[in-house]
Amino acid sequence: MKTIEQYIAEHPFFKGIDPSYLKTIMGCSNEVRFDIGQFILREGEEANNFYVIHFGKVALEIFTPIRGPITIQTIGDGDVLGWSWLVPPFHWHYDARVLEPTCAIAMDGRCLRTKCEQNHDLGYELLKRFTHIITQRLEATRLQLLDVYGVHCESNDDKRL
Amino acid sequence: MIKDSNPMLPAQFCIQWVRKETHDTFTIELKSTNGTHEFPFSAGQFNMLYVFGVGEAPISISGDPSKPEVLKHTTRSVGTVTKAISKLKKGDVLGVRGPFGSYWPLEDSLGKDIVIVTGGIGLAPLRPALYQLISQREKYGRIVLLYGARMPEDLLYKKELEQWRGRFDVEVKVTVDSAKGNWRGNVGVVTTLIPRAQFDPLQTIAMICGPEVMIRFTIKELQNCGIKTENIFISMERNMKCGIGLCGHCQFGFCFVCKDGPVFRLDRIKAIFGKREI
Amino acid sequence: MTAPSLKIRETAILESTHFQKLLDGLIKRGYQVVGPTLGEDAIVYDELKSVTDLPIGYTDEQEGGKYRIKKQNDKAFFNHTVGPHSWKKFLFPSELRMWKAKRNGNTFRFLTDNEKIKKFAFIGVRSCDIHAIFIQDKVFTGGKFADPHYKLRREGIFILAVNCGKAGGTCFCASMNAGPKVSSGFDLALTEILKNDRHYFIVEIGTELGAGILHEIPYKIANDEEKYAADIVVKKTAEQICKSMDTANIKDLLYKNYEHPRWDDAAKRCLTCANCTMVCPTCFCTTVEDVTDLTGEHAERWRKWDSCFTMDFSYIHGGSIRSSAKSRYRQWMTHKLATWIDQFGTSGCVGCGRCITWCPVAIDITEEVSAIRESEQTTEKKTTEGLEEQRS
Repeated sequence: MKTIEQYIAEHPFFKGIDPSYLKTIMGCSNEVRFDIGQFILREGEEANNFYVIHFGKVALEIFTPIRGPITIQTIGDGDVLGWSWLVPPFHWHYDARVLEPTCAIAMDGRCLRTKCEQNHDLGYELLKRFTHIITQRLEATRLQLLDVYGVHCESNDDKRL
Repeated sequence: MIKDSNPMLPAQFCIQWVRKETHDTFTIELKSTNGTHEFPFSAGQFNMLYVFGVGEAPISISGDPSKPEVLKHTTRSVGTVTKAISKLKKGDVLGVRGPFGSYWPLEDSLGKDIVIVTGGIGLAPLRPALYQLISQREKYGRIVLLYGARMPEDLLYKKELEQWRGRFDVEVKVTVDSAKGNWRGNVGVVTTLIPRAQFDPLQTIAMICGPEVMIRFTIKELQNCGIKTENIFISMERNMKCGIGLCGHCQFGFCFVCKDGPVFRLDRIKAIFGKREI
Repeated sequence: MTAPSLKIRETAILESTHFQKLLDGLIKRGYQVVGPTLGEDAIVYDELKSVTDLPIGYTDEQEGGKYRIKKQNDKAFFNHTVGPHSWKKFLFPSELRMWKAKRNGNTFRFLTDNEKIKKFAFIGVRSCDIHAIFIQDKVFTGGKFADPHYKLRREGIFILAVNCGKAGGTCFCASMNAGPKVSSGFDLALTEILKNDRHYFIVEIGTELGAGILHEIPYKIANDEEKYAADIVVKKTAEQICKSMDTANIKDLLYKNYEHPRWDDAAKRCLTCANCTMVCPTCFCTTVEDVTDLTGEHAERWRKWDSCFTMDFSYIHGGSIRSSAKSRYRQWMTHKLATWIDQFGTSGCVGCGRCITWCPVAIDITEEVSAIRESEQTTEKKTTEGLEEQRS
C-alpha cells in the first residue's frame, strides 16, 4: 500500500513540487473515499476543502427546477476538485455527485489558507498550479460553448443549388 | 482518345447495406460491381463518391484496410450529395474515385504509443487506423482513443467502442459536451481527457481528426503535455472537386489538401495552420 | 524550294507575302490553326484560315484597367501585345464535358466522349505565353495524376512564336524572366520587320518539325545584318517595358506578410470580379457541374473554369473558408507569386500584365508587391536607425 505522501507526490497536480512544501501540505490532508450517489460538496455550502482525486468519477452538477440536475463536467483520475476554498467568500458554486467509487486526498482549505498567508512562496506555488487548472477549465468551457459538432448553417448547401 | 485510366472517371460500386449510425450520420458498405475488384487503401485516405446526376463529394474511408474486398464510408448527411447518398438503398450504384490523399503514419510509428483524439464524425477516418493498430497490436506501445461527441446519442460505432474498451490492451475514453441525467459517462470536451491520459510525450504519436477548432484546442493541450509538433498528425477538411490536385479548390497555403493531405504532420504546416482564412 | 535545308537555331527570312503559305502548310498537315484576330473590340485568339484573318494594321493600347485597339497606318501582322485571351482556352477549355452517364434500372454506366482533337498550331505566341504553357504543363501533367484532357490537347501542338515588336503598357515579362525575347519552347519564332516598304520575318528554327514546315515554302537564309535587325527589335521592346516586379525572396516576403495591412487596402479596391483569374494564362482552377436531363436517365459532368475570388470556391459545409475579399485577393496573389513556387517549382506569374489591364479598378500586382516590400524595408530601416541612435 502506498502512503498518502506517495499518492500526493505522484499526483499530476503536485508533480515536481518542492519536498518542503509537500510536507506542509501533507499536514493539512487526509484520505477520503466516496460511494456512488454521495455528494462531496453542495452548492452554497462553505468551501473549506479541495480534493486531489486518485481514482473515481465525480459529476459537477447544477440543479435547475425544471430540467433537474445538469452535468457541467465530469472529473476523474488525476484531476483536482474544487478551487472555491481559495477565493472569497469561500462557497461552492456547484454540487459534486459521485458517479463511480472515488478515492481522493482531501485537503483542508482553511489550514492551507493560513499556511499560504504565512508563507507566500508556498501560496504562489499553489496559486500557479490552480491557475493552470482554472485556465484549462476555462478553455474547455469556451470550446464547449463553441458547440463545434453542431450544424451551424443547416441546408446552406442546398441553397446554393 | 482518353484511356480508361482517366482519374476523373468513377468506378461503379454497388451498395450492400446502409446503416443509420446516429440521427444525422450513416454508414454504407460498397462492393465493386464487377464483383472481384478489390479496393486497397491506407488508413486516412478518402474517396470521391458520385451520386447519379446529383454530384460528387469527398468522403473518408472508414473500413478495415486489411479487408479491401469491401469499402465502407461513414458520413454525415449535411450537403446535397451526402443527403442523396443517405437515401440510397441496397443494390443502388455509386460512382467511386480514389483512394486519394495521404494517410496516418502507422508504419512509421511502430513501437510507439499511439494517442488518437477525435471529435464527432472525426472518428470515421480514424477507424481504419484503429482496425490496423489492433490487428497488429504487438507492434505498438499503448493505444489510447479519446473520443468526444456533442451528446451521448451522437456517438458513432457504439458497439465497436464497447468492444475496444473491453480489451485490456486498448484504452478508450469517451466524453460528451453535454448530457441528460441518465448518462453516466464523462461530460466535458474531448480535450479534458488529454491530461488524464498521462502519456509519455517522448514516446507518443498523436493523431487528431475533428472540427478544425477542436483540432486547435487539442494541439494546445497535447503541447501542454510536452508532445512535439513533429509527433502530431491532423486530418484537414477543405472544398474538393477533383481529389487529385488539379482543380485548386483545396488550396491551403502551399499545400493541396487533397494530395498533400488530408493527413498532415503538424510541424510541416505550423506556419499556416489556424491562421485566418488561409 | 532549292534553298538549303535548315538546322535548329538557324535563322531564315520569310517574306510576308509567303506567310499564307506557312498557314496553308500547317492546315495541309492537319493542324487546327489558331491565332490573333479581331473580335469583341479586342485582339482575341480564334481560327485562322487566311492571313487576312490576322489583325493587320491594328495595335492595342493598354494600361491598368484599360484596353483599346487602334488602327495604324501599316500592314503589320503582329504589332500588338497580348489580349484578353490566352492559349489556355484551347489546351484547357473553359467548359468541358468530362463524361456522360446513362441510368439503367438502379445502376448506371459511364460513357466517355471519344474525343478526337485536331492538333493545334498556335500562331503568334509571345514569350510570356510560352512560359505560361510550360507552367500549366507542370500543373496538369507534372504530378501523380495527369489531366488526360489537357494531355490530349497539349501533345503535338505546333508553336509559331513571335518576338514582341512593342511592349504593352502593363507588360512586366522582363523582370519575371519570361520575355520579351522568345528563348525556347517554339517550333518557329518570328521577328516581324517593316522597313523601307519591305515586310518580312526573321525566322528562328526551334525544332526539326519547324524546319520541315519552313522548308516547304520559299525562304532564304538570313545574313548577319538581318539577324542583327531582329535582335534590335527585341532590345527596343525590352527598353519600352516600364513595369517590373522585384522577385528577390518573394516567397519569404509574402509568407511573412499574411497579415500585412496592404491586403486590407487591396480588398477595399478589389471587386472580387475574378477577371484577373480568367485572363491569367496560368490560372487553372475549375469547378464541376453535374447535370441531368428531364427524364433523369442521362447525367453529365462538366468541368468549368472557376476562380478563387468567388465565395463558393472554398465552401465547406457551414460556410466558406475565405469569406473576406482580403483573404481571396491574398490567396490569389500569394498563390501566384509564392505558394506556386513550393507547389510547382516555378512562379505562377509570367509578367504578361493581363491581370492589370483587365482589372476594372486597375489593381496592379507589381504595385501590390512593391507596397509590401517597401513597407518592410521602411520598418527594417527604422529598426536599424533606432539601434544606431541607441548606440550613439
